[in-house]
Amino acid sequence: MQYIRLAGISYYNDCRQIRKTTGAVETISSCCYSLLEIFDTSDKSIIVSSINKMYGLCFRAVRQTAGVKATRLLQMRTFRASAVYQQQPFDSSLEKPQFPGASAEFVDQLEFIQPNVISGIPIYRVMDRQGNIINPSQDPQLSKETVLNFYQKMTLLNTMDRILYESQRQGRISFYMTNYGEEGTHIGSAAALDPNDLVFGQYREAGVLMYRGFPLDLFMAQCYANADDLGKGRQMPVHYGSKDLNFVTISSPLATQLPQAAGAAYAVKRENMNRAVICYFGEGAASEGDAHAGFNFSATLECPLIFFCRNNGYAISTPTNEQYRGDGIAARGPGYGMLSIRVDGNDVFAVYNATKEARRRAVAENQPFLIEAMTYRIGHHSTSDDSSAYRSVDEVNYWDKQDHPISRLRHYMMARVWWSEDDERSWRKQSRKMVMEAFEKAEKRLKPNLELLFTDVYDVVTPHLEKQRQAMWRHVQQYKEHYPLDLYEKNSP
Amino acid sequence: MAAAARFLIRGANSKLPIAVVGSGAHCSFGSTFLKLSLNCNSGIKTQRRHAAHFTFQPDPVPTQFGPTQKMNLFQSVTSALDNTLANDPTAVIFGEDVAFGGVFRCTVGLRDKYGKDRVFNTPLCEQGIVGFGIGVAVAGATAIAEIQFADYIFPAFDQIVNEAAKYRYRSGDLFDCGNLTIRAPWGCVGHGSLYHSQSPEAFFAHAPGLKVVIPRGPVQAKGLLLSCIADKNPCIFFEPKIMYRAAVEQVPVESYTIPLSQAEVLQEGSDVTLVAWGTQVHVLREVANLAQEKLGVSCELIDLQTILPWDVETVCKSVVKTGRLLISHEAPVTGGFASEISSSVQEECFLNLEAPITRVCGYDTPFPHIFEPFYIPDKWKCFEAIKKMINY
Repeated sequence: MQYIRLAGISYYNDCRQIRKTTGAVETISSCCYSLLEIFDTSDKSIIVSSINKMYGLCFRAVRQTAGVKATRLLQMRTFRASAVYQQQPFDSSLEKPQFPGASAEFVDQLEFIQPNVISGIPIYRVMDRQGNIINPSQDPQLSKETVLNFYQKMTLLNTMDRILYESQRQGRISFYMTNYGEEGTHIGSAAALDPNDLVFGQYREAGVLMYRGFPLDLFMAQCYANADDLGKGRQMPVHYGSKDLNFVTISSPLATQLPQAAGAAYAVKRENMNRAVICYFGEGAASEGDAHAGFNFSATLECPLIFFCRNNGYAISTPTNEQYRGDGIAARGPGYGMLSIRVDGNDVFAVYNATKEARRRAVAENQPFLIEAMTYRIGHHSTSDDSSAYRSVDEVNYWDKQDHPISRLRHYMMARVWWSEDDERSWRKQSRKMVMEAFEKAEKRLKPNLELLFTDVYDVVTPHLEKQRQAMWRHVQQYKEHYPLDLYEKNSP
Repeated sequence: MAAAARFLIRGANSKLPIAVVGSGAHCSFGSTFLKLSLNCNSGIKTQRRHAAHFTFQPDPVPTQFGPTQKMNLFQSVTSALDNTLANDPTAVIFGEDVAFGGVFRCTVGLRDKYGKDRVFNTPLCEQGIVGFGIGVAVAGATAIAEIQFADYIFPAFDQIVNEAAKYRYRSGDLFDCGNLTIRAPWGCVGHGSLYHSQSPEAFFAHAPGLKVVIPRGPVQAKGLLLSCIADKNPCIFFEPKIMYRAAVEQVPVESYTIPLSQAEVLQEGSDVTLVAWGTQVHVLREVANLAQEKLGVSCELIDLQTILPWDVETVCKSVVKTGRLLISHEAPVTGGFASEISSSVQEECFLNLEAPITRVCGYDTPFPHIFEPFYIPDKWKCFEAIKKMINY
C-alpha cells in the first residue's frame, strides 16, 4: 500500500513537471487528482490498474502535445513505477506478455541492451575542490559546531592512522590499515545516521567509530590486544567493535557482513523502533557472492538498510577494471530493484546528504538503498602491502595533495572564517598529544588473562574445553620459562 | 560377490521404470517374456527390500510432558516450530520454499497461523540464508533458517564456519548469533544419489563454536530442535529425511526439551558398545537383536544425538564396561566423526579395550545412485563387524 502511494505521488510529481516543461493538456492533472482520490480505497488491484490506465492515458496525451524529451521522462518513470508492482494480475485476454518473471512489453526488433559504462551514473557533489558550495539548494547548512566536529574527527583519525602506521613499522603492533583519503566517507555517513542505527563494516571504517565517540584508548587497546580490549585480544588489529556504539565487530572474511546486515535490518524492521542498518564494504568485496546475496535479500525482503560502498579504485593491487566491467557498483543497484546513487566520497557534505536521505527513506519505506562513494585509497592496502609495486606515486600524490576530503573541508571552513592556520596548528598539536597519550598507555598495559583463550567459544565453557584449559595450565606451569607469561594479566584466584 | 553381480546385470537389463515394478502388468509381462525366470521375481524382491534399510522402532510414549499426539518426524518438527513461534514473538522462519509448507511439509500452516513476516521465502541462495539468519540473531531475534538439503549447505560453509561459529569469541562476547538455528534434511533416502543423501556433520564437527545435533525419531526431533532453538549458540539441526514420513510415534503436543551434548543409552548390554546417530541408530538396534539371537552377544546401544560438543563421558563409561566399541555412520569413513570418537575412546579407555575399535561407515566415494544398497553401512555389514570383534 505504501509503495502504491509513493508511486502515485511520484507520478503526480512527474505530471506536474511535464506540465511545467511542456504546458501539456488538462487531462493529466485531472487524472492525477482522481488518482489521489482513489488512495483512500483499500483495494490494491483497483489502484494498480487505475494507475496503469492513467499512465496510458497521459502517455498518449503527452505524445500528442509534448516534445520527445518529456516523453522519455515519462517512459522512465513508468518503468520504475511498474517495477514497484511486480507481478500484475493475470489476464489472458490481453495481447501483451504474460510471463510472471518480468513486467515488460514485446518488441519486434532484435536489440541487446547496452551497458552504459562510458557515461556512467553521475557523481553527486555539493562542494568543489576548493570547498565552495556548487548549488546552494544542496547545502546541508550544518552549524559551525557540527562542521568543526566533522573536521576534528577526520583529522584525529588521520593523526591516529599516522602514529599507528609508524608503530607497526617499528614492530610495536603486528598489523595496521590506514584510512587515508576515505575519512570523508566515514564521517559524512556516520553523521547522517541515528546513534541507534546498527553499523556493519568491513575494516576501513574506523572513522564511523571515531564519530560515535569510541575512545582513543579503546582503539589502541584493540590494536595492542591488551587487557582493556573489548574483544579480549583475540582478533588482529583494526578489527574493532562496540556494543554500546552499535558497531558490530569487524571480521576479516570480506562481504560476509552484507547478508548479515540484511538480516539485522529485517529484525530491526520487525522491532518497529525507527532504526536502520548501514553496511559498509569496498568495491572489491562487492565481487563476493555474499554481496549478491545481501543486495537481493534486502530488496526482496524489504529491509531498511543502506549499503555503503567505498569505491577507492583498488582491492589490494587489483584495479577496478580487473574487478568489474559494468558502471561500477552503483549501476548494479537498479538490477536488484534498489534505489542507488553515486557520490563524491571526498565531499563530506555530499556523503552526508545522500546518507541522510537514504536513511530517512529506508526507515519510512522499508527498502534498501545503495550509495557508492567514489574515492581513492591514498595509503597502502595495509602494513603488509607496498602499493608502489602496482601504481604510480604521481597518481597517489594527486589525490593526497589536490583532492582530499580533509583539505576540502578545511577550505570550506577557512572561507567561512571558522578555522585559521593557528587553529590548525594548535589542533594538530593537541590531537597528536591525545593520540600519543593513549598510545603510550596502551603499550604499557598487560595482555589479557590467559583464561580468555577458552571463554566465549560457546556461551559457557563446555566440559571438553574445560579439560583443554586445565591441560594448558598444567603444561604452562611445567614449562613456564618457555612462555611469555609476564606479559599477561595474572590468573585470578 | 557373484550374487551381487547377477543383480546388477538384471537391473541393467530391465527397461521398466521402478514405478511399475510389482504391478500385475509387469508380472505377466515378465513371466511371458522371460519364460518364468525365477531370478526375475527375486530381483524385484531385492529392490523392494532395499527401499528401506532400517526398521523404525518407536520410543516408549513420553508421559512427563503432558498430552501426546501421533506424529511422524516432519509433523514433530512443525510442532516444535509452532511452539517456538507461539512463545517467542521475535522468532522467524525462512529459507527456500518454506512459505507454502516446505518441500518436506515441515512448515505447513505456520505462515497462515503466524503471518508472512514470520514465515517467509528467501531468494535461492544458501550463503544469503545463513548470513541473513546470523544478522537476525545478531539483532537479538530468534532465527530459524532452513537449508533445503544438507547437501546444499556448503555454499553457506563460510558463513557458518568463519562467521556464525566465531561471532561470540571474536567480539569478546559483545555480539553473538546464539539465537540462530539452521535446520536441514539429512542422510540417505534410498535414491537421493550424490546431492540428496549426504551426511556432512563431520565437516562442521571441526568448527569450534557450533553445535551439531541429529535426532533419531519424532520425539527426539521435537525435543532436540526446541533445545537448539533455545540454546545460546548457533546450532545446526540435521533431520534424517528418510524418517520424515516413515517414523511415527506419540509426541508431546506442548513444548519440551531434550538436553544437548547428552547421548542416550537405548539398550543396556555387556559385550560391545554400539554408537550411532540419526537413522543408523535403528540399523544398530536391529544389529543388536541379531547379535543377541545369532551370536549370544549382549550389545549396549547408544544414540549420540549431539555431534558437537559430543558426550564423551557416556560413551567412555559404556566402553569401560563392555571393552569393545563399534561406531557406525552413513558418511564416508575417512575424516568421518567416528574417527574422532574412536581416537578419544582409545585415549580414555586404552586399558579397557579388548579389540580394536571398529568403524562401519560409508565408503570413501561420493554417495551413489543405483549402488546405494551396497554403499550404506547396513545391518549385515555391522553384524559382520561385531562377529569379528567378538572373535578378535
